[in-house]
Amino acid sequence: MTRAAERTVTRAEYCVVACAEAWRDNGEILASPMGTIPSIGARLAKLTFAPDLLLTDGEALLIGDVPALGAASGVTEGWLPYRKHLTMVLGGRRHVMMGASQIDRFGNQNISCIGDWARPRRQLLGVRGAPANTVNNPVSYWVPRHSTRVFVEKVDMVSGVGYDSAAAAGPSATRFHDLRRVVSDLGVFDFATPDHAMRAVSLHPGVTLEQVREATGFTLAAVPDGGLPYTREPTDEELRLIREVVDPRGLREREVRA
Amino acid sequence: MSDRRGPDHRAGKIMTPDEIVGRLESGMTLGIGGWGSRRKPMALVRALLRSGVTDLTVVSYGGPDIGLLAAAGRIRRLVTAFTTLDSIPLEPHFRAARERGAFELVELDEAMFMQGLTAAAQRLPFLPIRAGLGSDVLRVNLLLRTVTSPYDDREELVAVPALRMDAALVHLNRADRFGNARYLGPDPYFDDLFCEASDTAYVSCEQIVDAGRLAEHAAPQTLLISRHTVTGVAETPKGAHFTSCVPDYGRDEPFQKAYADAAAGPESWAAFRARFLAGSERDYHLAVRAWHKEQR
Repeated sequence: MTRAAERTVTRAEYCVVACAEAWRDNGEILASPMGTIPSIGARLAKLTFAPDLLLTDGEALLIGDVPALGAASGVTEGWLPYRKHLTMVLGGRRHVMMGASQIDRFGNQNISCIGDWARPRRQLLGVRGAPANTVNNPVSYWVPRHSTRVFVEKVDMVSGVGYDSAAAAGPSATRFHDLRRVVSDLGVFDFATPDHAMRAVSLHPGVTLEQVREATGFTLAAVPDGGLPYTREPTDEELRLIREVVDPRGLREREVRA
Repeated sequence: MSDRRGPDHRAGKIMTPDEIVGRLESGMTLGIGGWGSRRKPMALVRALLRSGVTDLTVVSYGGPDIGLLAAAGRIRRLVTAFTTLDSIPLEPHFRAARERGAFELVELDEAMFMQGLTAAAQRLPFLPIRAGLGSDVLRVNLLLRTVTSPYDDREELVAVPALRMDAALVHLNRADRFGNARYLGPDPYFDDLFCEASDTAYVSCEQIVDAGRLAEHAAPQTLLISRHTVTGVAETPKGAHFTSCVPDYGRDEPFQKAYADAAAGPESWAAFRARFLAGSERDYHLAVRAWHKEQR
């Protein structure tokens, strides 16, 4: 393999970097990634620019090392069974990146069911911890396949609370409400607009704005003059960490195909 | 004064799973411990399936306990935050039952659920929590109310009603005959709260050990459940199967997948029931063993 070929960055690897960036400057809090690429991203962040992050083994232990995805941890630094984990959520020292079966322009997210809640067309997981997460600790979202089925005008069951819903519910709901970013296989989005409507922040290399608009079921906030930047490149060291240390089995390429 | 260090002749609370289920009645509110597909009292659930007990309100961080009871039509009302098989995200029976409108659902957030158990254990009508505000949990659960802080902050919070139960079923790694019980894995889940929040509670366990030896070779904080909260105790080896009961055994992933695949259609489910759920608990384990041999 030539050096140029080695440096060719896949879409999945841009997604990893975009997810890792969610935890930059977060300090000594728990990173709770859900999904393969967010999990790689959180570990990459801890190995590079966010060394103070706490990570779990996916069960009840806080791990003191950064094992490869799917490998066992060799260092336990703490105990976080569900009851302590839920208390940690309520205390806010955590930044979770959740999935979304549906998400709307103000960041309302649904993982509960599709259709009318009383008699759903398709039952999904249930709201799980999304209502508590979104009004208590910072939340980001990961969508591996950006489409109009996921990015919808209105979600069927508000599980994760969006900006408009939090505002309507009052100051106790907005007090700790903080949606940070949405990463999809097409780009990075946030809510840093006057009315907290979702806007595109960067596109992954190879993606056009037209493509994003077509795959989004609502109108994204206006793009600034001069257009959007591309999602940043991983450094050589980040690429090495992703490929050799955190995800040597290449699981990322199964979640987002080239 | 009698010698209090002498042999302990108290009879204890040992029961069979069928005797435990014999104490349950149709229409009861039943709590089930564990979490998802982890340390579920499956032997007790299987005994429940052999009984005629039905019309239940079930309170559970749901896994295949909910799937099996829903498939058998035993649930009138379900109180939960999710129902999942963990390694298989969607529980197929739960999903099918919801899609055909088979039972009433009280859908709470995970932390709200914990608060409801805690309120019940402390005999409070409710406990406040921020979770739920702004979400459709408040829209779909018409019984949920908010409460305003009486202090200067005047915060308006969700008042989670106490999740008080008639009976709770939990599965632990070890117990003594009086109902003291230990977990050996990394997570207690909420099994102690289930017992404290319920009028009666039944502990199944992998092994009943001699009273007084329960704490041997173990840190005292692994003694999760105390006998004053327990009505009956049953020894059910592999009683959490096919869910996990670490370190005694992990989740039986191939069998769980077979369960989920079988749930996809009425004929395959009828065949699964006939093969695995038509007989006794012993028959179940023999059938599972035979199934594993076929897979080699």
